[in-house]
Amino acid sequence: MIPELGNFSLILALLLALTQGTLPIIGAARGNLSWIALARPVVQGQFVFLAIAFGCLAYSFVNNDFSVINVARNSNSELPTHYRFAASWGSHEGSLLLWVLMLAGWSVAVSVFSRHLPDEMVARVLGVMGMVSVGFIMFMLITSNPFDRLLPAAFEGSDLNPLLQDFGMVIHPPMLYMGYVGFSVAFAFAIAALISGQMDAAWARWSRPWTTVAWVFLTIGIMLGSWWAYYELGWGGWWFWDPVENASFLPWMVGTALVHSLAVTEKRGSFKSWTLLLAISAFSLSLLGTFLVRSGVLTSVHAFATDPSRGIFILGFLVIVIGSSLLLFAWRAPKIGLGGKFDLVSRESMLLANNLLLVVAAGSVLLGTLYPLLMDSLDLGKISVGPPYFEAVFVPLMTPAIFLMGLGPLSRWKQASLPELAMRLRWAFGVSMATALLMPLVMGEWKPMVSFGLLLAFWVIATIFVSIRHRLQNSGQGSVFTRLARQSRSYYSMHLAHFGIAIFIIGVTLVNGYETEKDVRMEIGSTVEMGGYTFRFTGASPVTGPNYSAMRGDIEVLHNGEKIRVMQPEKRTYNASGMTMTEPAIDTGFIRDLYVALGEPLEDGAWVVRVYHKPFVDWIWFGCLLMAFGGMLAVSDRRYRLKINTKPIEAATEEKDGGRAPSGNRLATGGKKG
Amino acid sequence: MIPDLLNTRGRKQMILLLILALLSPLNWAKEAAPVAEDPVIEKRMLALSEDLRCLVCQNESLAGSRADFANDLRREIREQLKEGKKDQEIIDFLVARYGDFVLYNPPMKPTTYLLWIGPFAFLLIGAAILFFYLKMRRRQIEEPSLTDDQHRHAESLLKDDKGNNA
Repeated sequence: MIPELGNFSLILALLLALTQGTLPIIGAARGNLSWIALARPVVQGQFVFLAIAFGCLAYSFVNNDFSVINVARNSNSELPTHYRFAASWGSHEGSLLLWVLMLAGWSVAVSVFSRHLPDEMVARVLGVMGMVSVGFIMFMLITSNPFDRLLPAAFEGSDLNPLLQDFGMVIHPPMLYMGYVGFSVAFAFAIAALISGQMDAAWARWSRPWTTVAWVFLTIGIMLGSWWAYYELGWGGWWFWDPVENASFLPWMVGTALVHSLAVTEKRGSFKSWTLLLAISAFSLSLLGTFLVRSGVLTSVHAFATDPSRGIFILGFLVIVIGSSLLLFAWRAPKIGLGGKFDLVSRESMLLANNLLLVVAAGSVLLGTLYPLLMDSLDLGKISVGPPYFEAVFVPLMTPAIFLMGLGPLSRWKQASLPELAMRLRWAFGVSMATALLMPLVMGEWKPMVSFGLLLAFWVIATIFVSIRHRLQNSGQGSVFTRLARQSRSYYSMHLAHFGIAIFIIGVTLVNGYETEKDVRMEIGSTVEMGGYTFRFTGASPVTGPNYSAMRGDIEVLHNGEKIRVMQPEKRTYNASGMTMTEPAIDTGFIRDLYVALGEPLEDGAWVVRVYHKPFVDWIWFGCLLMAFGGMLAVSDRRYRLKINTKPIEAATEEKDGGRAPSGNRLATGGKKG
Repeated sequence: MIPDLLNTRGRKQMILLLILALLSPLNWAKEAAPVAEDPVIEKRMLALSEDLRCLVCQNESLAGSRADFANDLRREIREQLKEGKKDQEIIDFLVARYGDFVLYNPPMKPTTYLLWIGPFAFLLIGAAILFFYLKMRRRQIEEPSLTDDQHRHAESLLKDDKGNNA
């Protein structure tokens, strides 16, 4: 009964999505006000029905309804309740439902926070999102229905993949999907602008906060995925250039380019066509990523071919979305204005160069990810494209980008002078160079790659200092603190995000350069030394979990002869699937992680144990958090908050603000809160 | 035994040992033996297997995986290294046995030219498009020539603008 209810809600949601994807757009084209007014209620109705459908699926999972194929395949009655709930999005079908639910959620957010936008614009934006939703719901109903029944019902479910039985699994996919789906808003704004032909800077202003919020979610989603791989996979890696990881990284790179390009379009009116193209690409890559990960094509091209209905639908959908957007773009592009003039050396062109580097990097990662699939499907042989390829391609492309990241914020719009920049930055360069050369010595061993990585990181940090100092010198009277307080949040947000990149680079560089690993046979009472710590194995004992049995090792960690903690890595065997999983124990610290994983049991209670000392590894994720926090700070900037206030106050503040920033008209149309 | 213990020299030694043991409780603990017998070979083996694929795993390297297949293959590599084989010889051996699929670093050959040249091509084409676009753009936007009066006005605006344009 409940699954049928879910199925019925899904069909109703499809009908509403069809309405949402057609009538408001036609209404906007013909000036039919009642059709335009339809957009908001229909969006909210669709959300309600998708929420009901999702609730039904979650109910089936939580209550172990093994007469639903999806539940029978991806859950088990022994699974703890929160994992049964999370299993709702653990499968292909369920994750698609989560995807459309989030799309509907973003649509509702647009419908609510768009009161100040022209109604026909909102109608077009929501209409485009409705069309995307139609595609996804049809895909589910035709090829991957999460509510399909299994008759006769299974007595017990095969398990959720043990890898996914983790807290990371509960929050990582929703975060990632919030990012993926969030780019649909930027996409919808771009398409709406192309349809209407109003491609002035207004749409950039409107879509900018939405894009930033989506980017923040995607950043956090990727960070969580990386962290999850680190503590769950048992070999202590944090990024493997796996196709699944790349699928999320591609929209992130293009999204990062988009965030920067939108800034130029909003402030200077330039790059309009480029920004539109990026908005289309970011969302197209999100779609591609969703399908790559979820369709099974990555595990085997042949497995994919055995169920061609899904593949054909996916390809068709991608071709329609990407093809029609690009056609629309090609048709409208000649009418897009060029915007303000700028010199070859200016902040605009530096941002454009950075955009190019990011997009080329994304293109290369896409090439490396799809190449093995292409070769396999063309019967040209099986190859693997792994970390050596991606590192060889990615690092050289990102190095100039990081360099430009330091220059950009210091150069002027329209026209910058290279000698002046060089003057201002020679100290930053000298300091970062000296620190980069000396720092590795502090760590114990001088390595060229470490020095190089640190140079990039310190360059970014030093330029941030120079930039803030320069800004303060030009911010009129008052103490340092009043002058600091005078700067906008969006200014700090930029530096915070860039600082996050620097922290990230430091983490990556130091853990790659100085990580140590020991693979040892530990008898009871025996010890191993690493990085100033002593690990003593005191034996392993059996423990029973809710749906697994495990051997848990006890390893005392001593520092300067004092016991600081006991680490308990586990080797689990899951009851339902019989899969064994390594559950490492991690001691997290500000400047290092200690990481212990159990290998295989030996005779007399001895075990093979892997011990790692990973300096600065947590800075990798901390850097990502800073980037995300920078994004949030940008969205909370007063120019986006002001529009909530009543008109007279807004006008007054605008006047005040206008005195400070000559381009003060940005307030007039306001932004939007995400 | 007892008279022996009372022997002052013996007792001193005992106390010394006891103090030593108490001071550093690790001294009597046995240092765990590395799984690998030869650290040099182990290092080479790890460096090699880092870039090799564990064929039975879902995208894991031989170095990272603890599947039986990976364990066996690591042992194989270790033994071949002990026999004095060069890294390249071992890679050739593995490719002959398992094909290019085992290599995370794809070889340069006609079917992979596009893969290796692609990124450079993207960059060159992108840079060329960017360059010509910027040139074209500059030609298209011809700013109307200003009168002297407008010039002065513009300059005063620019002065005000300083420092606020970041």
